[in-house]
Amino acid sequence: MSENKNKYLMFLGCAIPYRVSAYEISARKMLQKLGVELVEMPEFNCCGLPLDPVSHEMMLILAARNLALAEQKGLNIITLCPGCAGTLKKVNKILKEDKALREEINKHLKEAGLEFKGTVDAKHLMQVLIEDVGLERIKNSVVKPLTMLKVAEHNGCHILRPKEYIGFDDPEDPKTLKTLIEATGATCLDYMDETECCGAPSVGVSDKVALQLARDKLNHIKMVDAEAMITICPFCHIMYDTNELRIEKMFNETYGIPILHYPQLLGLAMGIKPEELAFNELRVDVSKILKKVTESEN
Amino acid sequence: MSETEEKRIKASEIDPKFKYEIAKMHGGEKLMRCFQCGTCTSDCPVARFSETYRPRQIIRMAQLGLRERVLSSDTLWLCAACFTCTDRCPQDVEVASVIRVLRNLAAEKGYVPQVFKEQATSILESGYAYKIPELRIKKRETSGLPPLPKGNPESIRKSLGDVGFLKFLECAGEKK
Repeated sequence: MSENKNKYLMFLGCAIPYRVSAYEISARKMLQKLGVELVEMPEFNCCGLPLDPVSHEMMLILAARNLALAEQKGLNIITLCPGCAGTLKKVNKILKEDKALREEINKHLKEAGLEFKGTVDAKHLMQVLIEDVGLERIKNSVVKPLTMLKVAEHNGCHILRPKEYIGFDDPEDPKTLKTLIEATGATCLDYMDETECCGAPSVGVSDKVALQLARDKLNHIKMVDAEAMITICPFCHIMYDTNELRIEKMFNETYGIPILHYPQLLGLAMGIKPEELAFNELRVDVSKILKKVTESEN
Repeated sequence: MSETEEKRIKASEIDPKFKYEIAKMHGGEKLMRCFQCGTCTSDCPVARFSETYRPRQIIRMAQLGLRERVLSSDTLWLCAACFTCTDRCPQDVEVASVIRVLRNLAAEKGYVPQVFKEQATSILESGYAYKIPELRIKKRETSGLPPLPKGNPESIRKSLGDVGFLKFLECAGEKK
């Protein structure tokens, strides 16, 4: 494993360049302020997760290719997407432990001049923040504590489960995102069924089920009067931000809960100007929160 | 046919070897440990809102060897892969992974929702699971983002080699 804790290979995934650039823009700004250096992938292919349902073998090969590319660079991978992080972590662990499978997958990689050796690590942004950057450095970067805000967190499944492969935080009572939110000065509220899935993977198969899942969460967050939901996953973000208005119409309800990417929240606390954090890309109106932050005196 | 008759299991439907086939596949190893407690279904967020999706039932159908019935079932594709069932199973069955094994077997038989075919095709063509609009790629520069890393379709093809699903994709393409 590369020991460098300040330099990572940035693995963007597919969803972020496709339609969640606000997450990327704000994450890069935030990481730059924290002194984390990012190197771009020399070439890219999907982590493989979307194809696991139809071909586990294809998923293994696609993920192993990315790990092998990172090994050539001698850098650990950072991802913004828990799906990518979960997949790369899982495959890294499986191939390190299962020699026969590793040999089989390496036969495939060899055809493309690649080899999986198991020498790098893959981490999600949140894991890099808490383990490598460290809470102290994050707290020290805060120049404008967001004490005026009460928000709720949404972790996303693949950053936590299955615990046997991921081994990060407690899937039944996750604390990391809360800790990171509180480092900005904001209050992070507890609510019912915090670890429930957003429903995004069911979109396209059953939109009805997917939207009901998203609505359930919005309901629970509304019940505790959270002013915003904070996410760390592009898919969860799409699920809530893009669909909130649709859900409001469908069920004749009003939520008005803005969905922020965590780096946007920390970015505000770091004193980065809102216009540099791509708030204009969010669908749900965020002006109330921004007004509250910019008008506060602290 | 009445609903009860449709649900009735016929001996001719049962393939006793099916469970061993699943247990040989990565993630399916612990299928036989399931004693039908129902923790998976009661904790499943999808089951809460779906009238048909019940992970316990899918696992039982697999154990019983109802190959055709389970593989052709639409509900198989409803799992959101949140892995709550896997984490909470008292018998340590990787429930979501057994369902993934079943989906893989279903895919080999041609039961695949369109969305997966589109994503696989896109990955083979560009490396990305979605077709990223030119406008988005151009906009990166004005947003101060580095250029998007390029896919290497030739290299991807080479390393995928003769993976089963590829053959299926090609057949599906020829049929058009």
